[in-house]
Amino acid sequence: MASRMENSERMGADKNVTNRTVTDAHSAGSGGSLESLHLNPDARGQETIGSPFVKRAKMSARDVNVFYGEKQAISNISLDIAQNEILAMIGPSGCGKSTFLRTLNRMNDIIPACRVEGKITLDGEDIYQKERDTVLLRARVGMVFQKPNPFPKSIYENVAYGPKIHGLAQNKATMDEIVESSLRRASLFDEVKDQLDKPGTGLSGGQQQRLCIARAIAVSPEIILMDEPCSALDPIATARIEELMNELKENYTIAIVTHSMQQAARVSQRTAYFHLGELIEVGETKEIFTLPQHQLTENYITGRFG
Amino acid sequence: MQTITAFLVLIAFCVVSFFLGRTRSQLIAKTRGGASLHSLPKHYGYMAAAWAFLPSIAILLVWTGLESSLIYSSVVSGLTPEVRALSTDQLGLYYNQLQSFALNQIDEFGLDEAQIAAAQHYREISASLAYKKIIVVLVAAVAGALLALRRIKPTLRARNHVENMLEWMLFICSFIAVLTTLGIVLSVLFEAVRFFQAVPVTDFLFGLQWSPQMAIRSDQVGAAGSFGFIPLLVGTLLISIVALFIAVPVGLMSAIYLSEYASRRFRAVTKPVLEVLAGVPTVVYGFFAALTVAPFIRRLGESMGLSVASESALAAGLVMGIMIIPFVMSLSDDIINAVPDSLREASLGMGATMSETIRRVVLPAALPGIVGGILLAASRAIGETMIVVMAAGLSAKLTINPLEAVTTITVQIVTLLVGDQEFDSPKTLAAFALGLVLFFVTLLLNIVALYVVRRYREQYE
Repeated sequence: MASRMENSERMGADKNVTNRTVTDAHSAGSGGSLESLHLNPDARGQETIGSPFVKRAKMSARDVNVFYGEKQAISNISLDIAQNEILAMIGPSGCGKSTFLRTLNRMNDIIPACRVEGKITLDGEDIYQKERDTVLLRARVGMVFQKPNPFPKSIYENVAYGPKIHGLAQNKATMDEIVESSLRRASLFDEVKDQLDKPGTGLSGGQQQRLCIARAIAVSPEIILMDEPCSALDPIATARIEELMNELKENYTIAIVTHSMQQAARVSQRTAYFHLGELIEVGETKEIFTLPQHQLTENYITGRFG
Repeated sequence: MQTITAFLVLIAFCVVSFFLGRTRSQLIAKTRGGASLHSLPKHYGYMAAAWAFLPSIAILLVWTGLESSLIYSSVVSGLTPEVRALSTDQLGLYYNQLQSFALNQIDEFGLDEAQIAAAQHYREISASLAYKKIIVVLVAAVAGALLALRRIKPTLRARNHVENMLEWMLFICSFIAVLTTLGIVLSVLFEAVRFFQAVPVTDFLFGLQWSPQMAIRSDQVGAAGSFGFIPLLVGTLLISIVALFIAVPVGLMSAIYLSEYASRRFRAVTKPVLEVLAGVPTVVYGFFAALTVAPFIRRLGESMGLSVASESALAAGLVMGIMIIPFVMSLSDDIINAVPDSLREASLGMGATMSETIRRVVLPAALPGIVGGILLAASRAIGETMIVVMAAGLSAKLTINPLEAVTTITVQIVTLLVGDQEFDSPKTLAAFALGLVLFFVTLLLNIVALYVVRRYREQYE
């Protein structure tokens, strides 16, 4: 797939920069114990602690490695996402959690320098197989981004975008129905029902993000990937999105990357802790936050770094 | 000559005042027992230099502007009453002769005694005025500098003074730009008004015939010229539309390719090449159009059984289109690149393909900017002259058939003003009326473009 070279290279470079910054910050700024943890061979290249595998896996990743050019962003990650659960991915900046999230619907394909190894399956089918293309995959695995990014179109057009490109509605009435039900599920309909023809960019940040969620669920995906969906929002808007996620998990499977440990604790059933491109620990959210097994996990969730 | 000397002396004096001001402020700070200055020493220097420079340069400019009229009134008042009673034009001629003699541009051949005497008077006055001018200017400079130097105290807010003066200087510069534009418009407007006194405005704006000539004798054949500008407008629009038909699709699509698909290496080669295209002088495009494209189109048309004029709107439009491709491309490329990547990601993340993303998200977001760019390109096409002169002919035919020869507003302005012209004939003045119309057409396009571009800023973010 041809793509925007410049943009993509920049994105690749950004990752590198964040990675480097984190490493530098750790080796330079943090205390001695942390430093020794980094250098401790046990901390790197070891098996993931906890239970990355589940019985009813919707998506499974096996031994996934991602490279940006020469630089390895994540290494040997194996992780399942169960049906109708919310999986939270936490970890310091540059630990590869966003990269991992983006491999799940092949968003990394638009970065030419990016290379993915390993196997990722959706309902048992390998999504990186040659004959599968990204159009149908991304219809089944939707994505909500860090910054609300509604199109500069009307609210209606924003939600109708996906159904249009996938040909889901045969006539206007069906489309109206899809738009309304998507907005309802994103608990936005009542706020915007009188201004569906107004630009989506005119909404508040929280409303915009819910519009983006409505846009993502309009194509009835099975999985929704959320890349720090609340990082640009205020606490009230964040609370609404979290409430929404709780409702959505009845019908969808959600994987969320977050920097907020409270958010992970509040919304998710399972939590995965990433560190420097490795999956350190996975488990029930309650257990991770009350009884972390690994020293790094404990340090992170107790706020000693990150 | 004296003005330049005075100016150079003034500059030198400014530099001196700068150092004086700086040194004095340091000295004052030292003698006041290290009392800290409000501003840095260099600010006091700048202030002194500005005080020396600004009033005196103002005097110099005003004086230079008034000098010639001062000399004129003085010399004319010394002339005999008979001469002074001459008509303004004749007096002007008389004065010009003696002035040229006084400046040693002509010899005394054909001048009368009184003129030679007046010329002597002219020389004396101008010499004394020049002398006085330098004195006054330098005195003003010294006075300004001394005043500034006397005012230097630790509490003097020189930094703020300098900032204020800079602001004023910038304001004056922008004011000059505005004034110049206004001056051009007004000068065209006045000449156009003179034209409209000879030819009614309605005839000009709605006439369908353009054959600009004026009878020299009243019984001349074909004496009545007609100044209907519609054929020119239609010709201009025809050629511009042909040009845009070439430039917009090619320019826009190459911009899309370059910004969305092309690899960095391809971009690095293509963009400069297309920008070279923008740097080719239009006269080169002109003979390319006249010698290569126009005959080619005629032969092509003949082979298909069409009658094509050897100079055609199509040829001119085609080449003009090629000329503005880089313009359209470069503007569109910038605007497409300005569309945030987050929108592309959102669309791709929904399962849209690259082309769907471009068609449904990127282009609509960039559209107002692209329209603005196209309108700017259109106003360039409308103002373009050289290609049309060479490739589209001069015949003011009212037609919308691009295979025929047409002419444009700019071409007619050129033909009306080339060669020896009398500036009181409607034929020549028509050029100003055309210029005025052209100005308004391009102004209108630019306003529309600006409006669209401004709206575009509110589109996203």
